[in-house]
Amino acid sequence: MSKTMIKYPIHTQEILNVNGDEAVAYAVKQSLVDVVSAYPITPQTIIVEKFSEFVADGLVHTQFVPVESEHSAMSACVGAAAAGARAFTATSSQGLALMVEIVYIASGMRLPIVMAVVNRALSAPINIHNDHSDAYLMRDSGWIQLFVENVQESYDTTIQAFKIAEDERVLLPVAVNLDGFFLSHTLENIRILPDEAVADFLGGYRKVARVKVDYYDEEVPHMLNPARPLTFGALDLYDYYFEHKVQQVEAMKNVPAVVREVNEKWQELTGRKYGDGVIETYGMEDAEIAVVAMGSSAGTIRSVIKKYRERGEKIGLVRIRLYRPFPYEDVGKILSNVKVVAVMDKAIGPGSYGALYQDIVSSLYDLSDRPLTVDYVYGLGGRDLTQDMVANMIEQVKEDVRKGRVENKIRYLGVRW
Amino acid sequence: MSAPRGWKELPLGGLAYRLSTDVKTGDWRALKPVVDHNKCTKCMLCWLFCPDMAIVWDGEKIQVNLDYCKGCGICAHECPVKAISMVPEFEEV
Repeated sequence: MSKTMIKYPIHTQEILNVNGDEAVAYAVKQSLVDVVSAYPITPQTIIVEKFSEFVADGLVHTQFVPVESEHSAMSACVGAAAAGARAFTATSSQGLALMVEIVYIASGMRLPIVMAVVNRALSAPINIHNDHSDAYLMRDSGWIQLFVENVQESYDTTIQAFKIAEDERVLLPVAVNLDGFFLSHTLENIRILPDEAVADFLGGYRKVARVKVDYYDEEVPHMLNPARPLTFGALDLYDYYFEHKVQQVEAMKNVPAVVREVNEKWQELTGRKYGDGVIETYGMEDAEIAVVAMGSSAGTIRSVIKKYRERGEKIGLVRIRLYRPFPYEDVGKILSNVKVVAVMDKAIGPGSYGALYQDIVSSLYDLSDRPLTVDYVYGLGGRDLTQDMVANMIEQVKEDVRKGRVENKIRYLGVRW
Repeated sequence: MSAPRGWKELPLGGLAYRLSTDVKTGDWRALKPVVDHNKCTKCMLCWLFCPDMAIVWDGEKIQVNLDYCKGCGICAHECPVKAISMVPEFEEV
């Protein structure tokens, strides 16, 4: 990590040469995290490695809990967060699959844990490279899911995630998704805030929400506390399970507003923002063709669209940054005037459409004048997405618009026949 | 028991908002333990093994708190002098 200094709006921001994993580890270092529990798995390994170096060097006060599996990593985070700590973990692919039981418990207990998910394909066959099948696996777990495009955004979003998770209106865990290897192992110069500025932004250490229960006269902290005992995660049958799930759904409704606020505050602090925090658009003002994508591929697609734009063709990009809760209404508004939408899914749903495609179609159904839609599955198991493929895709959907209908709703980019 | 609560009145994250002693689990019972105090040696093994803390020591002898006894029969099984017998909760008609 080499550093140079640069002056930016409020703070002097250093330039740090890091890869995506190191950027996340650095963000966690600055975020006054009390407990980190993780098990190293490719391509997330560097996060845990780098962070354990910070711990060994005495640069953080964090309790680092090395565990024997991801199931235990998430369990330790649940315990720590229930005890009032700010907790962080990181995982990928099979690791996430192993911890998914506790992933549901974390959101059900409303514990604001932050997790970096360095996206990687799920087995079998074993593959260590990037696609979004692990993120889709935890889609309905009640976690907030953010997708980042580059290393700088990985750093920024990790810090933002703590603020979003711990907001009184939210109190839900957040997963920050960054593409394996494309971001996790790629060096980039990023701008970082001074430690005090991050601490300030987060309002210091975690502040625990207060709850009212029948047997205490006053509101008590939502945490395990021998002086004020509470029962976490007790049995909840048909009498109350439904109500508790509705609570989670209602909390999710507050998330987009909080994400937007945090995005604005971050811009005041750093000069950087990502669309409105929820969706980032490029060239959508007058677009007739829209491409929808998530994660690092957005960069490739944007550069192709830029070339088309220079030739005067009306093509735009919609990058979904907040995948859960999904911004259905906003997407519907943005896509209401286009002729065709090409949705890019970096995971496959055997016997179904891609998950992102289904969400996009749900956003469009209530429009009076619906655009054509196509699901493009690409990049599975780390397969490259080239500019030629994107251009080819755009040519295909232009042809669909000319014909006025879509044959083959699911298409593949880069598969051999 | 008060009326069931809506989602807005429940504390966060499935916290138990009442004490577990409010839930009387004794009505799950089909058999109830009856202690023969003449046989009882006050060894307290029944008290030790009761999973519901339904065996109570009142200072002189063993008592059963029938509000919480689920009638599992562990006390009768563990009693070394067979001072506890499990009898039907209701008379058969």
